[in-house]
Amino acid sequence: MGMLNFLISFAVMATIYSIFAIGLNVQWGYTGLLNFGIAGFFAIGAYTSALFTLKMPTGALAGYVKQAFGLNLPFLVGVLAAGAVSAIIGLLIGLLTLRLKEGYLAISTLGIAESIRIFFNNESWLANGPQGLVGLPQPLHNIVPPSYYNYIYLLIVAAFLIVIYIGVERGIRSPWGRVLRAIREDEIMAAADGKNVVAFKMQSLVLGAFIMGMGGALYAHFAAAIQPGVFEALFGTFIIWTMLTLGGTGNNKGAIIGAWVVWAVWSWSTFIIMKVVPESFSTRAPFIRYILIGLLLVIIVVRYPRGIMGEEKQVSKF
Amino acid sequence: MNILEVKDVVSGYGSMEVLHGVSLEIEEGKIVALLGPNGSGKTTLLRTIFGLVTPTSGKIFYKGEEITGTPPEEMARKGICYVPQEENIFPSLTVQENLEMGAFIREDDFSDRMEEIFEFFPDLSNRRKSRAGELSGGMRQMLAIGRALMLNPEVLLLDEPSTGLAPVLVDHIFERIQSLNKQGVTIFLVEQNAQALNTSHKAYILEGGEKKAEGTAKELMANEEIGKHYLGR
Amino acid sequence: MLELTIYGIVLGSIIALGSVGLTLIWGITDLFNCAHGDQITVGAYSAFIFTSLFSKLNILQGKVGPFSFNWGIVIAFIPAIIISIALAILIDRWVYKPLRKAGVHSITGFIASIGVAWVLRGLIYIIWGADFHFYTQGLRPTIVFSNGVKFRVDEIFIVIVSWLSVALVYLFLNKTKKGKALRALADNHNLARISGINTENMLIWAWGIAGLLIAIAGVLYGIETQLRPEMGWIFLMPLFAAVILGGQGSITGALVGGLILGLAQQLSTAWLEPSYKPAVAFIIMILVLIIRPRGILGRRTT
Repeated sequence: MGMLNFLISFAVMATIYSIFAIGLNVQWGYTGLLNFGIAGFFAIGAYTSALFTLKMPTGALAGYVKQAFGLNLPFLVGVLAAGAVSAIIGLLIGLLTLRLKEGYLAISTLGIAESIRIFFNNESWLANGPQGLVGLPQPLHNIVPPSYYNYIYLLIVAAFLIVIYIGVERGIRSPWGRVLRAIREDEIMAAADGKNVVAFKMQSLVLGAFIMGMGGALYAHFAAAIQPGVFEALFGTFIIWTMLTLGGTGNNKGAIIGAWVVWAVWSWSTFIIMKVVPESFSTRAPFIRYILIGLLLVIIVVRYPRGIMGEEKQVSKF
Repeated sequence: MNILEVKDVVSGYGSMEVLHGVSLEIEEGKIVALLGPNGSGKTTLLRTIFGLVTPTSGKIFYKGEEITGTPPEEMARKGICYVPQEENIFPSLTVQENLEMGAFIREDDFSDRMEEIFEFFPDLSNRRKSRAGELSGGMRQMLAIGRALMLNPEVLLLDEPSTGLAPVLVDHIFERIQSLNKQGVTIFLVEQNAQALNTSHKAYILEGGEKKAEGTAKELMANEEIGKHYLGR
Repeated sequence: MLELTIYGIVLGSIIALGSVGLTLIWGITDLFNCAHGDQITVGAYSAFIFTSLFSKLNILQGKVGPFSFNWGIVIAFIPAIIISIALAILIDRWVYKPLRKAGVHSITGFIASIGVAWVLRGLIYIIWGADFHFYTQGLRPTIVFSNGVKFRVDEIFIVIVSWLSVALVYLFLNKTKKGKALRALADNHNLARISGINTENMLIWAWGIAGLLIAIAGVLYGIETQLRPEMGWIFLMPLFAAVILGGQGSITGALVGGLILGLAQQLSTAWLEPSYKPAVAFIIMILVLIIRPRGILGRRTT
């Protein structure tokens, strides 16, 4: 029974990460945008949904929990709002950074995500600072006994994944999608063709952000509790890059596969390690995952360097 | 004796083929010019000879020995030096340091040689400690050539040394090139400027990655067709 | 305010050590090394191996002058430097060199360096756990001025060692043939090759210098604060900002950038929460990228 629960939990997270991977695929795989600030959209999505769906704390609770607002709206509204707010933030970020060269876009988005996390951590009036928010409502939780709830949630996130997958696949095959890919291949040529490259990049960034925002919301309601510490670069950004890199850039199916494989390595390795190592080592054992994932990323990149950027356009320096 | 021979070289960048089978010979002790319009592949040819680009097919010989695909780091050791058209100096190094870098592979004391270069290009002599990036176009060109000369090369590949220079300086550069040649250096000179013909013994004309004409400088200058087509007369 | 400035200079000096190495590598190989911070962590912990050893063997425990640390730490610099240089060269050989050979875009190296950072941090966590560690326990002697401003005596050591190290690197880059070749490589890579300079050989020297500075930065930071697995990662944003502020490949720029970042971050705490410091670094970086992407002293147009 415990094993089954573990697997269902694993499947939920893998599905949520699949959504993130598809979001990144829209930005990076299709348009070539180096978004290293996924954790920022993750956080924004999660917190937006939380604040939209929680009630304002009253009575004794108000002494412990500080929130800027609590709208007590339904789950679906929360998730969509999460996507929308995330998309707006994506727009702002795009206005600021889209004209920067790729490498600079990468570190800028990295910094923005960190700053967002720090902001939520410090500004306690917004979402209770480091303690975060708990008791996030879970949709349909009164249909089944608590021990079976994860099955329901799995169906919910799977539904979202399917809708998002179909949506993105349709989008990519459309004329709009073709322009995105042309931009990734050769921005200069696309511009010469008269395409407003910046506008398309912006659309891609915003769409990806929308998807990631929803992913964040789905995570928040699964965990039922969130704090700023969750949204740091490792779990919120780099792991998703590893997933997409492994699964194959520019490929939504690959994104999903990559997400499942990497999350499997992450969660199962803890499981196995904890069974294998001596008790005294058990607090440190989970960190073996860092090495596993890191090695995985390095090995994929070194083994398939062209998989990331494709063919070089000009003679390389070396 | 042909000190440098290029045989049926096909070369380019990635999937883009620029040279479609070019052959030429450079006789020892001569100045040979390669003329042609922009984009004809002149720079690609020089880069292919010097190993910055590996040809898809064809061979290159130096003093009878095949050097096709030899990496640039090793070319300098063989006695061939190359002056690129653009970015041909180290901008944040001083004039003197640029020359020192030219002599990088030398194990011996090259201060004599450096003085010779300063005599050959007197304008540089006053600016030894200046940052190369701050020099004027003409001085940069002289420094670029000076850097290549630090190794006493037998063959010098020059890519459009007169680019962007005022006519007075162009004359000066070509005069220096002739002077070098009199000292025994073989020169392969790529140029757009037809004035190069006055300085050279033999010339080739390249267009669209193919050799269109060859002959002595006199022959080419006398040929009206060629004059109209390629030399802007 | 004065105290913040002093502390800003101290921190800025340590940041400068990291940013000089980072910009040197960036200038020569176009690699923006995300693992630089975690390599600093490894440097700090490498010294810790030896200070713990000395402590167990009860040797070199005598305090150095007025400072809080003992001779063990001073000696521990040496193995830390050796390990750091060796690690840097090995990582380059196994990870970045194959990428260079494949002729791929520098972003690939950037992504690979994230994986490297992860591996290094995991190793630290496994070997030492997530807790804090200190080189030495006990009091940290401080100097107090008559106007109430205080700073720690150790910080004099830190500033002097930082600047000495940088001065050494300066001398190497400006007075030796290999150093000039490194500058030439950073300046104009193709021309350096054309002049006969072998990139791969010179890169070993570049990583050697970077490794040296990384180790020193790590140990100094450990002396200044404490050892924890995330210590280098926290550095990364100010390092990136310093290097971008200074301009790709510019050593002087990286120095100035490091100081400015240190000062800016510290002075910001007069108005902002200390945990906003990385955000301050980031804002500086974004401003530079928007207003003058090549930095104060950057030369490259690419």
